[in-house]
Amino acid sequence: MDSIPIITVENLSKVYPVAIKQPGLKGTLTHFFRRTYRSVPAVQSISCQIDAGEMVGFLGANGAGKTTTLKMLTGLIHPSSGRVTVAGHDPFRREPAFLEKITLVMGQKQQLIWDLPTLDSLRINAAVYGIGDREFRQRVGELSEMLLLGDKLNQPVRKLSLGERMKAEFLAALIHRPKVLFLDEPTLGLDVNAQVSVREFLREYNQRYQATILLTSHYMADITALCKRVLVIREGQLIYDGGLDSLLERFSPSREVTVELGEGRSSQQLQTYGELVSVEGCVARFIVPQEKLTQTLSRILADLAIVDLKVSEPPIEEVIGQVFRAGAT
Amino acid sequence: MIHNTYPPLTLSPPHPLTHPPSHSSTPSPPHPSTPSPPTHPPPHLPLMNRVLHIAKTLLLTYYAYMLEYRAELFFWVLSGSLPIILMGVWTEAAKGGGFGLSPLDFTRYFIAVFFVRQFTIVWVIWEFEREIVEGKLSFRLLQPLDPGWHHFASHVAERFARLPFAAILMALFFLLYPQAVWIPSLSNSLLCLVAVTLAFTLRFVSQYTFAMMAFWIERANAIESFWFLFYLFLSGLIAPLEVFPPIVRQVVLWTPFPYLINFPASILVGLPVNLSQGFLVTLSWIGLFFVANRWLWRKGLRQYSGMGA
Repeated sequence: MDSIPIITVENLSKVYPVAIKQPGLKGTLTHFFRRTYRSVPAVQSISCQIDAGEMVGFLGANGAGKTTTLKMLTGLIHPSSGRVTVAGHDPFRREPAFLEKITLVMGQKQQLIWDLPTLDSLRINAAVYGIGDREFRQRVGELSEMLLLGDKLNQPVRKLSLGERMKAEFLAALIHRPKVLFLDEPTLGLDVNAQVSVREFLREYNQRYQATILLTSHYMADITALCKRVLVIREGQLIYDGGLDSLLERFSPSREVTVELGEGRSSQQLQTYGELVSVEGCVARFIVPQEKLTQTLSRILADLAIVDLKVSEPPIEEVIGQVFRAGAT
Repeated sequence: MIHNTYPPLTLSPPHPLTHPPSHSSTPSPPHPSTPSPPTHPPPHLPLMNRVLHIAKTLLLTYYAYMLEYRAELFFWVLSGSLPIILMGVWTEAAKGGGFGLSPLDFTRYFIAVFFVRQFTIVWVIWEFEREIVEGKLSFRLLQPLDPGWHHFASHVAERFARLPFAAILMALFFLLYPQAVWIPSLSNSLLCLVAVTLAFTLRFVSQYTFAMMAFWIERANAIESFWFLFYLFLSGLIAPLEVFPPIVRQVVLWTPFPYLINFPASILVGLPVNLSQGFLVTLSWIGLFFVANRWLWRKGLRQYSGMGA
């Protein structure tokens, strides 16, 4: 992998003015005649660097500032302060040389024309990016093969399934073979198989074209499958930038202990061993702090008749959820 | 979210692209091919070829798009029939004399108005407003082509789709009312063609300029509705400028309105017009709106927040 930063972000901030309205008639009239605004900092002084060819996960709860950051990185919105450089360009200037190097895929938005076959939208994109007919056919063939789209390109977009449509969106977004991909929830609403195939496509695209990918997703499986590095944003601030493994170690100082008991015990009795997550029949699950793990396990083995015992890391979603809530202080 | 917020006052219907029509083209399937090595940057077409290629692709795609609206297109053409109604009113009124134009002049004038209107109907403000409010402008902003060209191309393509319907209606009219038939001279026809092209350009650029206000106020079509009031009375849509008091006419001739309808329609029917003033004023207004448009566009982009996207 290359180690040249292709994305450099320095103290990037975005503040939105939001109109405030009090409820009731008085509030409505005041809002009409004298509108007051509150400044909402959506992104606060974010700094980071991403190297060419990296695949980075961008995590955060809803409203944490992920999409706003992506919009600034793609030049769609003007930053309130700070600097961004993507592939050697200031995104907001939207120079053609910059636009030819990037793309943005949004899971909840579509660029394809709804009632036309995908191929017609692709032709417009190809013309706009100055791709000749031969090159166009070759690229469409190559990408549709990677995406397993087959003969779907002649069908009106409205006739495609959600998964096929998303793949067609990828095709439209990648026809100009961008170097930097910004993906905002690209697997949103897709079933498990479609999610897997989008992931596989992204991995292949990254390897084939040494493309840099910055990906937001609420499906942790996307992140764990594709990204070694993650950025975590909370209330507009970057609270973590590093390896996914380190994130789990750092924010998961607990273990999940699952025991299958030889005889039933009351919840009250079991609670003395740790935070009781669930009791289903004879199987009980606890969350135990790392430092008390040995001691707790000894007590359980001494006090209870155990049929089976398992120690594991809590599910990644729970860890991430905890990070979103508590931050990285 | 806004769905198809159509103009409440305008006579110009909002258009197919507000809810995309279907299209039954059968483009050739892509050739499967072996993966090619990464090639950056992409091999570009020479600039002029590229411009022509973009124009051709946009026009063909949007034309196919518009043709899917056969029935709708017919009704849109019909909905522009106000001049025919006004023709009846004015022809009756002119029978008493005193307007400086004969009943036949009025008939020909209003059929020319109908013709000019067919080619100068613009709906870009509703389209652009929707793109802003729904954040759809984002995709267009990510491409190295000014988003305005998409709107311009779809309007031009629609003209061609509308042409046969308008021609049939006009033929029908002349069949029913053969006394009104007149053959404009070649020079007048060519001048009218230029005037109609400029009228469309002016109407498009002015409305697209008002559309820029959507960056700030989101419901920019209110401005167009207000502007439309002046357009209705001063463009010659309701009455030819000849029937206005001379002083009013003198003032109005410096505004953009008469050049949107009255000027090209008068050329077509052979009514007296000041050609040099007409073309000069039209071009000046186009230039003025264009400069304002680009200025507002640059300012507006700083306001854009990509709502909902």
